[in-house]
Amino acid sequence: MTSTVSLTVNGKAVSAEVEPRTLLVQLLREILGLTGTHVGCDTSQCGACVVHVNGTSLKSCTMLAVQAEGADVTTIEGLADGDTLHPMQQAFHENHGLQCGFCTPGMIMSAIDLAKRNPDPSEKEIREWLEGNLCRCTGYHNIVKSIKAGAQAMNA
Amino acid sequence: MYNFEYTKASSAGAAAEALKADEDAKVVAGGMTLIPTLKQRLAQPSTLIDLNGVDDLRGITVTGDTVTIGAMTTHDTVARSAEVAKAIPALAHLAGLIGDPAVRNRGTIGGSISNNDPAADYPGALVGLGATVKTTKREIAADDFFVDLFETALEEDEIVTEVSFPVPEAAWYMKFPNPASRYAIVGVFVAKAKDGVRVAVTGAGPCVFRVPEMEQALSSSWSPDAVADIKVSDDGLNSDIHASAEYRAHLVTVMAKRAVAGAK
Repeated sequence: MTSTVSLTVNGKAVSAEVEPRTLLVQLLREILGLTGTHVGCDTSQCGACVVHVNGTSLKSCTMLAVQAEGADVTTIEGLADGDTLHPMQQAFHENHGLQCGFCTPGMIMSAIDLAKRNPDPSEKEIREWLEGNLCRCTGYHNIVKSIKAGAQAMNA
Repeated sequence: MYNFEYTKASSAGAAAEALKADEDAKVVAGGMTLIPTLKQRLAQPSTLIDLNGVDDLRGITVTGDTVTIGAMTTHDTVARSAEVAKAIPALAHLAGLIGDPAVRNRGTIGGSISNNDPAADYPGALVGLGATVKTTKREIAADDFFVDLFETALEEDEIVTEVSFPVPEAAWYMKFPNPASRYAIVGVFVAKAKDGVRVAVTGAGPCVFRVPEMEQALSSSWSPDAVADIKVSDDGLNSDIHASAEYRAHLVTVMAKRAVAGAK
């Protein structure tokens, strides 16, 4: 029942044996040990599991691992350059864009996709973009502030 | 999730053949409804036939009077298409209101209409614009395509390949979204075209429907006031924790007025 899926994760070629029903997020967390990508719900709503697949933000809980064959996947672990944080991570750090931190990986991956499309998003545009990323702490205020700063830093 | 077999289709025709050979198989497009359904163990297909590798099902073609969208084109692609925004601004606007960004990056027009969720947005656009659905077997008018709750005119082994929208003179879509899911509690699509006015309502009932009384009123006078006093009956409308049938009926008039006011 299993098959081999080969893809690139954070710049490294990887292969794994998966069942057809294995979700991309299960491949990342349970097989590859990349537990930075979180699972916050069972219903594809919370966005804690957002990763980039071929440069686009997707919910890794709503894509099968076998569908990622040949894809280029980036997770939260793939953003920093050694000890230097990605500008969006740095902005979340500086603006305290988190409370418990559970939703943060998905927030950051989603925010980077926004910043690539829109170098200087308004508060309204950021809040609309975050429709698919839920923060149970309701700490949106500093998340929005972080994303605004992060987008500016990314496009500086 | 129950286990299943997985195959990648090489073409829409090959996927249709595979469906014919196995009545328990299912086609997956963007998977934005199907995969959550599988996760909840609400479906148990024998095989998933993946259309994601079929590149000729993706793409947008705009000619003078028609916008044609391939079945596997994502909502994000439609929402951000300058060509669609120029030809039918209401259609790009509607696509940008579906779900959330990650869903729009993966979800497709073919998947959405084949699922025919009563609260989905696209059925409003198809019926509102009088679109034509092209499948692996035939062409189906939008009015005949959406049959009932989660039910379409598609046969078991028939797959949507593209949707063609005639370019109207003016059109718009107004949605009262569920604040959590962004599905339409009520969405109204209005369009004024050479061959008449159309008013399509999604979210309110078990399936998208037209409002002939509003269409007649708008044919005589294309203005928000023309529909201000027209109420649809709440008989048979959806009633749930989000909104009563009576409230939905009220919203149809409000959204119709706003859609006419916003038409471009």
